[in-house]
Amino acid sequence: MTSTIRVRATSNGDITEVQALVQHPMDSGFVKDAKGEIIPPHFIQQLTFEYDGKAVFVADWGAAVSKDPYVKFSFKGAKKGDDLKIGWVDNKGATDTTTAKIQ
Amino acid sequence: MIMRLAISFVSAALVLAALAAQPAIAADTPNPVADAKAFQKFFTNKFPQLKPEDFANGPYSMNEDLHRQWEEKEQFPPYEFALETGKQMFATPFKNGKTYGDCFPNQGIGIRQDYPYFDEREGKVITLELALNRCREANGELPFSYVKDEMASLTAYMAFTSRGKPFDIKIPDDPRALEAYQKGKEYFYTRRGQLNFSCATCHVQEPGERIRAEILAPALGILNAMPIYRSEWSGMGTISRRFTTCNSQIRGVPLSPQDEEYRDLEYYLSYVSNGLPISGPGARP
Repeated sequence: MTSTIRVRATSNGDITEVQALVQHPMDSGFVKDAKGEIIPPHFIQQLTFEYDGKAVFVADWGAAVSKDPYVKFSFKGAKKGDDLKIGWVDNKGATDTTTAKIQ
Repeated sequence: MIMRLAISFVSAALVLAALAAQPAIAADTPNPVADAKAFQKFFTNKFPQLKPEDFANGPYSMNEDLHRQWEEKEQFPPYEFALETGKQMFATPFKNGKTYGDCFPNQGIGIRQDYPYFDEREGKVITLELALNRCREANGELPFSYVKDEMASLTAYMAFTSRGKPFDIKIPDDPRALEAYQKGKEYFYTRRGQLNFSCATCHVQEPGERIRAEILAPALGILNAMPIYRSEWSGMGTISRRFTTCNSQIRGVPLSPQDEEYRDLEYYLSYVSNGLPISGPGARP
């Protein structure tokens, strides 16, 4: 199984710019399927980016975030070649993590 | 009185002379080469600032803001997951050990620009989506839905390996091929649905204009970007999906995917975009 997370982190000296795409259905729980039955809620609750053991970006998400979400942010203090750890937890308790090298 | 008669005689003679000067080909004989030339000229005249290959990027070439958003989006395209799935599916053998590649020329790599083609043995238009499902069935697998998911992943991968190659649709010397082309053309220009729109109403008359919040894509090059990830769909869609949803949006009743009329339409629309590069898989708002 390939990772559900795609990350690209690039450093331009001081600032590291991070882009990430997460594959997830993000079902809100308000949508019905073709048979008229409600698709149960299934969404990411927390997405975390960690650098050097410290969280640099934490997103508390809910049902309103769209499918396969995309995130972009930047932070200071990282160096090229360092690791950035990314992980998510959804409302069913499922998780995924990956580590990206800062380029 | 005599004067008037003389005038009408002269004008009648002029009309006759004009008729005699008409070329031997009747106006209703299909002429794909001239059609494609006129079709492409219409768009290049309408958008003189665009290069021919820009048309394959649809609405992004029509609006500056959208273009900037797209450039950023392409750094991290939303079709990436589908592309990866397609690549894996392509490499995974069927239960009998054969692969998708075995069904296609050049193992299925870099051939998107040759589809759809007219099969002279069967006397019909074969699209890439149809060929993929036939490949599955010939190898004892169940066919996929034509509109999205697996089918879109497979065509995404096949389009990706063909990026930059110009559309190269051929019309063989077979009256049935010409008929399929002509039927596709008629479908394209025929108004239908409660809104009484033809494909051309939006995609020839109004490309670059807004329909509600969307910017309409030009018909020229519209299939080059398929399949597409549409934000509106939150997912991938094939050419079949595009045709059926277009028909619903004009409040018509869509045909079933890969219906003969849709295949003829795809044949026509691909032919008139001959020479423009494959840019799929694409992302659209």
